[in-house]
Amino acid sequence: MTDAAAPLRRPRVRRGEYLAGAICVAVIAIMLWPLVMSAFASFKSPAEAASVPPTYLPHSFSFDNYREILTYHAGLFSYVWNSLSVAGLTILFCLALSVPAGYALARFPLPGKEVIFLILLASMMLPFQALLIPLYLLLNDLGLMASKPGLAVLHTILQLPFSIYLMRNSFEAIPKEMEEAAVVDGASSFFALRRIFLPLVAPGVVTVALFAFITSWNEFIGALILMNHEDSFTVPVMMTGVMTGNFGAINWGGLQASVIISILPCLIVYLLLQRYYISGLLSGAVK
Amino acid sequence: MVYVAPALLFVAVFVLWPLGHLIWLSFTAKSLMSGPDDAVAFVGFDNYARAFGDKNFWRAMTFTLTYTAYITPILLVLNLALALLVSKNTPLRRVTRTVVFLPVVIGLASSSLLWYWLFDQQVGLFNRLLVDMGVLSEPLVWFKKATTGQFAVIISVVWKVVGFGMILMVAGIQAVGNDVIEAAMIDGASAWKRVRRIIIPLAMRSIVLATLISAIGSMLAFDQFYLMSGGGPRGQTFTTVYWIYQSSFVRFELGYGAAQAVLLMIVITSGTAMQLWLSRKGQK
Repeated sequence: MTDAAAPLRRPRVRRGEYLAGAICVAVIAIMLWPLVMSAFASFKSPAEAASVPPTYLPHSFSFDNYREILTYHAGLFSYVWNSLSVAGLTILFCLALSVPAGYALARFPLPGKEVIFLILLASMMLPFQALLIPLYLLLNDLGLMASKPGLAVLHTILQLPFSIYLMRNSFEAIPKEMEEAAVVDGASSFFALRRIFLPLVAPGVVTVALFAFITSWNEFIGALILMNHEDSFTVPVMMTGVMTGNFGAINWGGLQASVIISILPCLIVYLLLQRYYISGLLSGAVK
Repeated sequence: MVYVAPALLFVAVFVLWPLGHLIWLSFTAKSLMSGPDDAVAFVGFDNYARAFGDKNFWRAMTFTLTYTAYITPILLVLNLALALLVSKNTPLRRVTRTVVFLPVVIGLASSSLLWYWLFDQQVGLFNRLLVDMGVLSEPLVWFKKATTGQFAVIISVVWKVVGFGMILMVAGIQAVGNDVIEAAMIDGASAWKRVRRIIIPLAMRSIVLATLISAIGSMLAFDQFYLMSGGGPRGQTFTTVYWIYQSSFVRFELGYGAAQAVLLMIVITSGTAMQLWLSRKGQK
């Protein structure tokens, strides 16, 4: 670069920087607008939420929409509880299966290791939506229809390949010497797993749990098919009920209140654990 | 081996066995209403023959393919543009990344219902905003026509998933490394040239990956159409998964649904294989 070019380029770069900044702000505004509007609508009075034409900002502040869905059929809390317990079970299943599998695949010279790993990952390639018919029949035979463990199994199917992949990477990242030291000291492999490895792969465990939670909390078609009793609905399925309302007229305020309820846990968990989420996503995707 | 056994067993019972069962079912006339002990008639390739002659199945398949053909390039361009915008690490760009990624973590059902409300012709604020900005002269009944309905779904899904591909591409761009880009700047390469000749080729892997993931996701679309358009008007916006759901769980024809599911799986797997093959060939 010649010296003469430098002072010339300076203002141009800065102008480009301002432009990029302005675009960033615009992008932020566009992306947030729907969420903010929904949050505002949820705090409008039910009458205002259904007014034509709609208002941007609420004229008054009211909890009526939330109060209404609080007592919707079985009550909001029982649906939130359903969703939470299915998500909890999904996390449990995913961890119980993926931690030992990841450990073995990363640490032991298993015969046919790559084949096993491929079989486990191949299930990720099969579209889960296409398997819903036999899964429905299978869970029905097992007596797991409309049950939380049943739906959790379904969500585990979705999340397991990614979990195993992630756990294997976490275990592989640990230096070999750590384990050798343990073996020399006469520790069993199970002891080594529990006492030495688990603390080291804790970030991986958090990431697996985080993804399992978000997948399970949000999953819709499986819950729609499997949870066929009003009492067993998860939050996404409940929302469709809130939408239709009681007499065919859509309860707009209640709908936005339930949308906000359904979004909130994910946003909180994501904002708190963003680092784990992004690194997990990237390590899962960039293979 | 003991450690892998549970996972293998789980995959065998809940993935491989259902897969085999699905293929077997596709050759039967199994109904959702039949009891566990009822004999199920084996019908050979009848279900497949029926699917090939079924106007609704083809319409759903074509609709899903066009939906994928529209949304994939839109996402690709926006992903890349956003990634180029925010790949540098400044505070404002970090915030932008976080915000653009926010909708990715919320449910597709939630975002679909949120946008269903925004698009409503009476109470929808997106309609009002477009009217206030002078884009529309009066609120549009988006879901009255298949084209505008599909467009509405595309807008909502783009909002929901654009951050996903963006993050993958940001990682790809950041991996290129500043020294390469600075070297190009010193050589006098313009911004456009740097993007086209250096960043895009070097970040190709993550670009292909993001595109593949979004294309597969669109081929499997269900939630957004089930909740926003309900397959309407007149069944014009049924996607393949939606139509399989309709055949199996609304009309109870599990055997027929299974055959369609097998066909969908073949389409997706071959599409994926082809794209991977093409991208590998392109890299050589």
